[in-house]
Amino acid sequence: MYKWIHQFGSPKYFYDISLCLSKWVTIVCIVCFISGLYGGLVLAPADYQQGDSFRIIYVHVPAAWMSLFIYIVLAASGAISLIWHIKISDIIARVSAPIGASYTFLALSTGAIWGKPMWGTYWVWDARLTSELILLFLYLGYMALQSAFDDKRIAARAGAVLALIGIINIPIIHYSVEWWSTLHQGPTITKLDKPSIHFTMLIPLILMVIAFKTFYITTVLIKTRSEILKYECNSSWVKKILGN
Amino acid sequence: MSEYINIFNVILRRDLILAFRDKTDFINSLFFFIIVITLFPLSFGTKSTIVNEIIPGMIWISALLATCLTLETIFRSDFEDGSIEQLTLSRYPLTLLVSAKIFAHWITFGIPLIIISLLMGILLSLSNEIIMALFITLILGTPILSLLGSVMVALTIGLRGGMLLNLLILPLSMPVLIFSTVAIQNAASNQSMIAEVYFLAGILVLTITLAPLATAAALRIRLS
Repeated sequence: MYKWIHQFGSPKYFYDISLCLSKWVTIVCIVCFISGLYGGLVLAPADYQQGDSFRIIYVHVPAAWMSLFIYIVLAASGAISLIWHIKISDIIARVSAPIGASYTFLALSTGAIWGKPMWGTYWVWDARLTSELILLFLYLGYMALQSAFDDKRIAARAGAVLALIGIINIPIIHYSVEWWSTLHQGPTITKLDKPSIHFTMLIPLILMVIAFKTFYITTVLIKTRSEILKYECNSSWVKKILGN
Repeated sequence: MSEYINIFNVILRRDLILAFRDKTDFINSLFFFIIVITLFPLSFGTKSTIVNEIIPGMIWISALLATCLTLETIFRSDFEDGSIEQLTLSRYPLTLLVSAKIFAHWITFGIPLIIISLLMGILLSLSNEIIMALFITLILGTPILSLLGSVMVALTIGLRGGMLLNLLILPLSMPVLIFSTVAIQNAASNQSMIAEVYFLAGILVLTITLAPLATAAALRIRLS
């Protein structure tokens, strides 16, 4: 097991694995994306209360889930790189941060677009919205810290410390904001009564979640491969690949 | 054990003496704090209802910003003259030395800040309950800011500009601000604020245990 991790951490091995992995992941992503969108936009019935506007959840919900998931990836790969000094996890953390920030922004903006017809306003100081916004700030701080260093290795380890502190802070931020908004607004009008979702709506949602996750994996693999090539540009196996 | 207490005291005394000899940083940021607070009555007027509702939160925001201004002094001079390397190389745990420095920062900046905000509260004729709540939340909250800030300073010291430090520290300090202002609002409407105070105390204990460790780790990364 331990040997496998070290083998996986070696750039050349990772490069070869990710090449053949990313082909399959891309196929899964495209299939899920097309079928999920078709199912969500065409097949699923309109909501009895919200009409067709509800269909934005097929983008909004997966994006919001991914925004949290990628922050966990940041913290986990940060911990791995602090403990075992594995180069690949540095690179994965670095390339994941902008993708995570974009997912967070996507979740916020689709939420705002949905909120205008539903709530009558683009933005509400609701607990979830506020903590998602703070999450975006955390991503931006992480990226700012990364770009401030010249030495990529020190940048990765400093970022790892920041991501670990952030991951401890996220539940505290979430509960403090929830506390604050419940005390301020009383019972909020914005929360939807959650009817259990019908499975014709649920299946496209699951497909979209898989599509978003595989899209993330695809982009991370592509960016990681290019970073590896840049990083290892003097080693013989890279010269062989680029020579061909 | 007594050896560790000794070295803690030595570092604490050294930092206090240094801060006392070079007062400009602290005095300037305390002036900044006072000036920012005086801006609020000037722009919102001095009707007592408005003052009691807005000013406590404003005092907290000003305290947060003023703390951000002084945080860099925890490590800046040591980083510039190289004594931070000596601390890292010493045979005592860096976590202990760092916590002495953070404590010194809180004594030189946190305590004057608390006293000034209480005085400003009296000058702005806040009610007694609000001043009491302000005192409790500041005494629990300012050490959290010093501790959290020390980690971020250790990560960013020597990098361009202090803007990055503020970008990192402000989102992380939002829970402190939220709990404190909610506590003060509860006190203003004669409700119990014990839950928020417990939360603040819990966060304080958490940061006292973890922040010096993280600061020491961050310093080692920066100096590697």
